[in-house]
Amino acid sequence: MELSRRDMMKAQAAAAAAAAANVTLPAQAQNIQLGEELRLKWDKAPCRFCGTGCGVMVGVKDGRVVATHGDMRAEVNRGLNCVKGYFLSKIMYGADRLTRPLMRMRNGRFDKEGELQPVSWDQAFDTMAAYWKRVLKEKGPEAVGMFGSGQWTLWEGYAASKLMRAGFRSNNLDPNARHCMASAAVAFIRTFGMDEPMGCYDDFEHADAFVLWGSNMAEMHPILWTRVTDRRLSAEHVRIHTLSTYEHRTTDLSDAAVIFKPGSDLAILNYIANHIIRSGAVNREFVEKHVNFRLANTDIGYGLRPEHVLEQRAQHANDAQVSQPADFDAYARLVSEYTLDRAYELSGVPKPQLEALAKLYADPNTKVMSLWTMGFNQHVRGVWANHMVYNLHLLTGKISEPGNSPFSLTGQPSACGTAREVGTFSHRLPADMLVANPEHRKHAEHLWKLPDGLLPGKIGFHAVEQDRMLKDGKLNAYWIMCNNNLQTAPNTGNETYPGYRNPQNLIVCSDPYPTVTTMAADIVLPTAMWVEKEGAYGNAERRTHFWHQLVDAPGEARSDLWQLMEFSKRFTTDEVWPAEILARAPEYRGKTLHDVLFRNGQVDRFPLAEMAPGYENRESKEMGFYVQKGLFEEYAAFGRGHGHDLAPFDTYHEVRGLRWPVVDGKETRWRYREGLDPYVEKGTGIQFYGNPDKRANIMGAPYEPPAEAPDAEYDLWLVTGRVLEHWHSGSMTLRVPELYKAFPGAVLFMHPEDAQKRGLRRGQEVRIASRRGEIRSRVETRGRNKVPRGVVFVPFFDASQLINKVTLDATDPISKQSDFKKCAVKVVAATTQAAAP
Amino acid sequence: MRSRLLFGVMAGVVCLATGTLLAQDAPRLRGPEPFTREQPAPPLPRPITNDVRIRRNYPDQPPVIPHSIEGYALDLNANKCMSCHARRFTEQSQAPMISVTHYQDREGNTLGGLAPRRYACLACHVSQTEARPLVENRFTDMDALTEPERQPGGRSNR
Repeated sequence: MELSRRDMMKAQAAAAAAAAANVTLPAQAQNIQLGEELRLKWDKAPCRFCGTGCGVMVGVKDGRVVATHGDMRAEVNRGLNCVKGYFLSKIMYGADRLTRPLMRMRNGRFDKEGELQPVSWDQAFDTMAAYWKRVLKEKGPEAVGMFGSGQWTLWEGYAASKLMRAGFRSNNLDPNARHCMASAAVAFIRTFGMDEPMGCYDDFEHADAFVLWGSNMAEMHPILWTRVTDRRLSAEHVRIHTLSTYEHRTTDLSDAAVIFKPGSDLAILNYIANHIIRSGAVNREFVEKHVNFRLANTDIGYGLRPEHVLEQRAQHANDAQVSQPADFDAYARLVSEYTLDRAYELSGVPKPQLEALAKLYADPNTKVMSLWTMGFNQHVRGVWANHMVYNLHLLTGKISEPGNSPFSLTGQPSACGTAREVGTFSHRLPADMLVANPEHRKHAEHLWKLPDGLLPGKIGFHAVEQDRMLKDGKLNAYWIMCNNNLQTAPNTGNETYPGYRNPQNLIVCSDPYPTVTTMAADIVLPTAMWVEKEGAYGNAERRTHFWHQLVDAPGEARSDLWQLMEFSKRFTTDEVWPAEILARAPEYRGKTLHDVLFRNGQVDRFPLAEMAPGYENRESKEMGFYVQKGLFEEYAAFGRGHGHDLAPFDTYHEVRGLRWPVVDGKETRWRYREGLDPYVEKGTGIQFYGNPDKRANIMGAPYEPPAEAPDAEYDLWLVTGRVLEHWHSGSMTLRVPELYKAFPGAVLFMHPEDAQKRGLRRGQEVRIASRRGEIRSRVETRGRNKVPRGVVFVPFFDASQLINKVTLDATDPISKQSDFKKCAVKVVAATTQAAAP
Repeated sequence: MRSRLLFGVMAGVVCLATGTLLAQDAPRLRGPEPFTREQPAPPLPRPITNDVRIRRNYPDQPPVIPHSIEGYALDLNANKCMSCHARRFTEQSQAPMISVTHYQDREGNTLGGLAPRRYACLACHVSQTEARPLVENRFTDMDALTEPERQPGGRSNR
C-alpha cells in the first residue's frame, strides 16, 4: 500500500514538473548547465557554528554566497558537514538583517525610554563616546564593560582586549564563552599550567574506548561524532560509554547509556579513581615522575550573590580556588570513601555499568578518549569535574599519546582561539598570561608599546557578575558584541533584563540580526558576519584557521573589528588615561586611542599591497593598512617561543589550519610527550612544561550537591541545552527555513509517566515555573530525547520560550561558569496559574 | 514544482511590501515585547509527510526528509533509514538510493556498503514540519543568477 501511494506521488510530481516546464521554459532553452558555465568562485572558510571547526568550501557568484559544501581537504571533516554546516549558504540572507545603526530616540534626541530608530554611525558613536567619557570621568574604568564572544575572530577579540584593558584601563571584558567552557579552561591551567587539550582529533582514530561525560555529541558535535561512530563501527573491539542525565541520540549509538542523577558524576569519577587505586592499576612510574597531588578547598558555595544564604553558609565561598599540597596517600584516602555502593547510592547507576566503566580506565591495554562539554562545564562543580577526569588519565598515565586523551570539546567556533588564546576573559591576557600578574602586565605593555603601569591589575567582572553590576548600577557603559546574552544568561528576568533597562546604564549591542538582546538595548549596531569579513578562528584541537572576505555585508553593516577601531578614534589619551601616567610618558599625550593602540608602528606595518589579490577587505581599505595581518602578527609575538607558537600570517590563508604550537613550520598534534612535542626535552619522556616543575596536578575533591534540587513543590530537575538544527540562541539558524521547519520551536521533553501523573497530554501547553520565573511551552513525550522520570529538558534557542527566565544564576565558584543543567521546576497545565512568587 | 516556486516568489514580494516577518510567531526571533510579557506557546506543527521531493538549494545540500521518521531506530543494531534507502532495497521501496558519496570512507576509498562515517543519517538529513518560516530568506539560487530571464520575476534587486 505504501508502495502504490509513493508511486502515485512520484507520477503526480513528474507531471506537474513537465507541465510547468512547458509553460515557462523557452523551447530552445538548455535545461542542463555544466559546472564551468556557472562560474562560481570557490574559497575555503571554517564553519560559522560550533567549536569543531569543520572546513567548508564557499561558492560565490555576483557577490552572493550561492553554495557551500564540506571541504574534502579539511582534516577535521574531510568533506562532511552537519545539517547546519550544509545550510551556511543561507545564514546571511534573513530578510531582517540589520543594515543601519539604531538608537532609542525621542524628539530627535537619544532617550533611553524612546523607540529604536535609524541613525548614522556618527550619531551612534558620538552618543556612545559621550556616555563612555562621562562614566569614565565620574566613576572610573570599573563602570565601563564589554561582553564579547567565542565567535569573535581572533583579531576582533584582540582589538577588544586592547581597547578595554589598555584604552579604557578596565578588565571588565568577558566573553560569552564564560557560560560555555570557563570550567574547562580553568581546570587546564590548574592541572597542566597551560590551557587547551594535549591531544587532538586524531585521537578518534586511535582510541579503543570513548567515554562521554555529559556530552550529546550526536547533536552538538555531529561531525566529531561521525569520527567516533566511524571508529566504533569499523573496529569491532571499540566501545562507547555515554554518561548523561537523560537518553538521547548519542546514547542511541552507544554501547552503554549510563544515566545518573544530576550532579552525581562527581561521585562516579571518584569511584573510578578509587577502583583504579584498589585494583592496582595505578601507573606508579608515571605518577612518581610526572604528577603532584593536591587537595581542593571544599564547601565552596555556589557562586550566587554574596548575601545568598548558600554563600553565607559555605565555609570556603571566598577562597574556593585554593588547594593544598598533598600526597598519593591523602588523595587515596579521600577517594576511598567512593565505593561501588556509595557511587550507586548517589548516582542511581546500576553497579555493573559502573564497574564496566571503571575497568575501561583501569585496563592498561585499553586506550581511552574521554570527551566532555556542557554537562561537565555548566556545573556548580565544573572545575572539579574536569580535574576528576584528568585524575583518571594521570593515575593511569593514559595521556598525551594517540588514543589516550582527555579531551574537552568546545561550543563556539573560536572559544579556544579568541576567548582563551587571545585572552578575552576578565582575568586573562594573550598566551595564558594573567592580568593579576605584574610581570605579565609589564610584558604586555612592552609588546603593545605602551607606558609602564598602564594596564590595570584588578580582575574585571565576569559574565554573571556583569549582569549583577548592571542591575546594581555599578557598571554603566556596556557594549555587547557577537552574542545574545539576554536569551542565554541564567535567571535573566531577575538578573539580566533589569540591568539593561536600568536608567543609569547605556546598553549597546552589535549584531547582524535583531535578537532579544538588541530589542532591550539602547543602541544597536549592524554587524558584518562570517565571510563578509576576513577572519580567523581557533577550534577545540588548537587549530588556527583563516578565511578571506568573500562577499560584502549589506547596507551599512560593518565588522566588529571596524566598530572597535572606529570607536577608539573618539577618545584621546588625555581623556581616559591618568595624568600621572601621561606625566611619566608625555610622548603619548594628545593622541587618540586609535593612534596608540592601532597606529603603533606594529599593527599598521603591513601595507595594503600585501593583501591577497581578488579579495575585498573593507576594514583594511578604510584604515589604510592590512589591519588583520598587523593585529595577528602583534598578537602572535605573545606566544612564539613560549609553547603557543603560531605560523606566519600568510601561511594560514594557504592551509586548512594548523595546530599550535607550530614550530619550524610543523604543527603539534600531541603535546607534552617526547618525540611528538618539540618543547619536551630529550630523555624526559613526558614534560608537563606549563608548570614550573613540569608535573601535572592530580586534584582531590569530594562530591558536593547541586545548588538547588527538586522538593515537594518544585518537583522536577530542569536541564537546558541545544538541539542539532539550531546553534545556541538560534539567531542565524532560525532564519534558515529548512532548519526552522526541522525544529520550529522549543518543547518540554518529559517522561510519559510524569506527564500522565500531571494530567498532561503530548502537545499540551504547559507552564514551567521555578522560584525565579516561568515560561509557557508544549509537552513532548516522544522524540529524540528520552528523559527519565523526574527530569525535564528544554532547549534554549527559542526566543518565545525564554527558559533562562526559569534557570538559576548559580555558578562554579572557581570558574564562574553558570550551571544551566540543574535547577528545580514544576510543570502545570497552562490553564492553571503556576503562581511563581 | 514550477507553480510552487511562482507562488513562493509572489509571497516574497508581498512580504517585502509589508515588512519582512512572515509568521505571527515572530517572538521566536526577537522575544516577547516587552521582555517581561508572558508568551503563549503555539501548538506543535504537524510533520510534512507528503513524500514530495524538494529541490535542493545547491548540489551539496543534503535533501530534506519528506516523510515521517517517528519511531525510526538508529542505533548500533539497526538503521531504519537504510531499510529503504540502501541500494538493495530501493527497487522495492522506490526510495532514492543514498548518495554515492556515502560509500566513501574518510580516506576517500570507495566501499561496497554504507561508509561507517555516514551511519548517523539525521546529522545531515532532517524532516520538516508545516511551520511557516518566521522571516523571508533572500538566498538566491545560483541558477537564478546565471540565467535571470528564466526565472519568474527575474533577478531581484536585493
